[in-house]
Amino acid sequence: MNKPLRRIAIFCGILVLALMIRDNWLQYVRADELNANKYNKRVEIERYAHERGNIIVDGKSITGSVETDDNYYKYKRTYTNGPMWAPVTGYASQVFGANQLEKLEDGILSGNSDQLFFDRTMAMFTGDKKKGGNAVTTLSGKAQEAAYKGLGDKKGAVAAIDPKTGKILALASTPSYDPSSFAGRLEKDGKAWTALTNDPDKPMLNRALRETYPPGSTFKVLTAAAGLEYGAVKDINAPTDTPEPYILPGTSTPMVNHASGCEDATLNRAMEVSCNSVFAKLGDDVGRDKMVEMAEKFGFNNTEIDTPIRAAASVYDKTMSRDGNAQSSIGQFNTAATPLQMAMVTAAIANDGRLMKPYMVDKLVSPDLDVIQQNDPEEMSRPISAENAQLLQQMMENVVENGTGGNAAIDGVKVGGKTGTAQHGENNSKNPYAWFISYAKTDNGSPVAVAVVVEDSNARRDDISGGGLAAPIAKAVMQAVLGDRQ
Amino acid sequence: MSVVTNTTTIGAIDAPSRRNTELMLLGFAVAIPVFAYINVGLALDGELPAGVLGYGLGLGLLAGVAHLVVRRFARYADPLMLPLATLLNGLGLVLIWRLDQSPRLLARSDFAPQATNQLMYSALGIALFVGVLLVMKDHRVLQRFTYISMAVSIVLLLLPLVPGLGADVFGAKIWIRVGGFSIQPGEFAKIVIAVFFSGYLMVKRDALALASRRFMGLYLPRGRDLGPILTIWAMSLLILVFENDLGTSLLFFGMFVIMLYVATERTSWIVMGLLMSAGGAVVVSSFASHVQSRVAAWLDPFGCLETAPEGSNMLNACDQMTQVLMSFGAGGTLGTGWGQGNSDLIAFAANSDFIFATVGEELGLAGVMAFLLLYGLIIERGVRTALAARDPFGKLFAIGLSGAFALQVFVVAGGVMGLIPLTGMTMPFLAAGGSSVIANWALIGILIRISDTARRPAPSPAPSPDAEMTQVVRP
Repeated sequence: MNKPLRRIAIFCGILVLALMIRDNWLQYVRADELNANKYNKRVEIERYAHERGNIIVDGKSITGSVETDDNYYKYKRTYTNGPMWAPVTGYASQVFGANQLEKLEDGILSGNSDQLFFDRTMAMFTGDKKKGGNAVTTLSGKAQEAAYKGLGDKKGAVAAIDPKTGKILALASTPSYDPSSFAGRLEKDGKAWTALTNDPDKPMLNRALRETYPPGSTFKVLTAAAGLEYGAVKDINAPTDTPEPYILPGTSTPMVNHASGCEDATLNRAMEVSCNSVFAKLGDDVGRDKMVEMAEKFGFNNTEIDTPIRAAASVYDKTMSRDGNAQSSIGQFNTAATPLQMAMVTAAIANDGRLMKPYMVDKLVSPDLDVIQQNDPEEMSRPISAENAQLLQQMMENVVENGTGGNAAIDGVKVGGKTGTAQHGENNSKNPYAWFISYAKTDNGSPVAVAVVVEDSNARRDDISGGGLAAPIAKAVMQAVLGDRQ
Repeated sequence: MSVVTNTTTIGAIDAPSRRNTELMLLGFAVAIPVFAYINVGLALDGELPAGVLGYGLGLGLLAGVAHLVVRRFARYADPLMLPLATLLNGLGLVLIWRLDQSPRLLARSDFAPQATNQLMYSALGIALFVGVLLVMKDHRVLQRFTYISMAVSIVLLLLPLVPGLGADVFGAKIWIRVGGFSIQPGEFAKIVIAVFFSGYLMVKRDALALASRRFMGLYLPRGRDLGPILTIWAMSLLILVFENDLGTSLLFFGMFVIMLYVATERTSWIVMGLLMSAGGAVVVSSFASHVQSRVAAWLDPFGCLETAPEGSNMLNACDQMTQVLMSFGAGGTLGTGWGQGNSDLIAFAANSDFIFATVGEELGLAGVMAFLLLYGLIIERGVRTALAARDPFGKLFAIGLSGAFALQVFVVAGGVMGLIPLTGMTMPFLAAGGSSVIANWALIGILIRISDTARRPAPSPAPSPDAEMTQVVRP
């Protein structure tokens, strides 16, 4: 009976061998594929299994982690002053995923990034718990607070930049939401999420970066920059050859002025009272292609402005007709800009023509505070010469001293600004957007450039609305930054 | 055969007892689970588990008692089997205890901690092991119970179908409930039916082997010899159909074919066995939805997760299968470490039928390979015992038990790893379940007894009177 016994022995060996081969196939060959499977909850479990790193503003954390009694996800994200900071942090929800900084810096915050490999290895030996690293932002708590409080219960957004470096100082959007309200996976989290996503006011929209508005009269500074840079205007105090009424080229439609005294007004005067006709004609004189070129140097039509949160592309149409270009030159027609974009335009002017790349993450640090990555200021482009930038500053400062931007004036500080009211809706049926862009300037250059947009204002007139609604908010933000510096 | 080669079971007649080797190996078999236990405690709570001393002493005591009994009553037994079984049982206890700590499982209504029960059952199992060695001085006495065994095994198998006694747990009617305890009679029937097969085949082997007609290259046995085979085939089908127990029917039929082949040395039995099991599989899977969903979950688990109707049996089967596969994937090469995996996501039956997935996730490829080698070694020692046994009954009995053990390991591990469709059976010694651990300890006890008989030195030849004479005679 031994011969069949030996065969059975071989058969049993084959059975065990088959199991071993199968196991190698499963755990070695297919492991990555199985781990990446969409039904695999382990990645999410791991993400919330330990304390997440924090997002830091002014040395203080604006996020936190709290231990829950949940069986799947041990820690839950919390937010200090969530609604105010939501446009910066985004959210990290156990069920609904993450966005903005929480998502973009997830590797560092969750501690899974390869850049933290050394820390993880050390923690393995020292027996420390795994922790995430921190993202230190460039934002200023006071500026953010001024912006958020300034917007109050109005719908709108504020973007503030340090013109010299491109550091983003404030990024506010209202109405906002509290990312803590749906960070967990209880029933109330789901309800909060549903309520927020169904809200017609879109509280989860980051208006400062992700929404484009017609920039209205604030765009005139860009038209003026193009006029100076391409030689259409030599002297800002010389009368322009502008008829009243100015008929849009190729049409019989007159360009309506809300201000008086625009006929043959100087560029400086036209800026001061915001003459539509002067700038429409100037844009036409420069020509569409040169206008597009100038707008693009300032960052329009760029789909890759990453702060690192990607901003929506602002639009200056490359293919429109002559009259479209003339209307676009005063920020109407299909010109559209994000608040960040208009802050960039202002910052470039305030920084004597150098546009710095806007960014909001200063550095990434490991759990034990070693710097893993330091972001340094980076020049994005030089849209205009220093001389022309100074001419523009002169005109913008004049707007605040003598013109429509009086509400932004700060004692003892040079402030340059431009108001704007952008019509929108069919035949201007909806309430216009009130804009204000401005910068403050001290002896050491300009520490802050701000763009403010307020939707749904009840005001009608250009001069009143931008200056009346948006300028005080810009002023508060500038004062917060100036106070910070002193 | 040379007297010096005494390292194997089929070695020299006067093999040394190797009891000290066994004792040393038992030391490892107790120490490794204790370290594993400490490891789980440190990983889960960051401190030594409270019961570590008790657990270590308990396991050591059980192993010590078993060793002393083997040393006294089965001196020449194979030295590997007891340490292997102890190691597997000890690690199984740690795995079960680890899953007991899972808050996700504790939150389920159908989950209760099992480690204490399992420790008690392990003690009972070792008691039965000791009992086998004490009571059964020679395995050949079992030959007397050939036909009684047949009756007992049939009764055992049919018990779960008795109304009031059988318990339908999650679709499979393989348990009986006696006074608060649930017993899986199939696990014990496995051993009892091996007794019957061995006794029956030992007597009938010549008739089965020789009285046959050659037909198309196959030796077809006579109708009356074919009878028992068809009976077993039909019985395994019946188990499958009425008790929804794919695993047990496969196990019995496979064991029978193996023993038939060894007894008759005719390959045609294997061919016929394969044909009959294939036929049975086709027939059953054509109408048992239970089997169909298992097959669907085996063929394309992730795909069927999407296509299976909401709340269906098939969805459960597929969900379970995908969770098991992802557990193995998460383990990777080295595993996540004791206590640090998420194999409790499998949820239902994570500590019984699917306990091998926890090995896969927390110990990784390396751990699974080690476990498979441990099982492989037990099987190998069993087959060697069969080779070494001097009587046909012992040979058949040993190969039957080892073959059944090998098939069970293959069917369970293969099912869990997605190599073959899943069947509801327990991983010997690892899975939570009293019947299984008790029956497998008895199985090891029997194999140790057979190996003791096989390796026992032959009694020295009776003194030859003639030789005496030539020396003694003096003028």
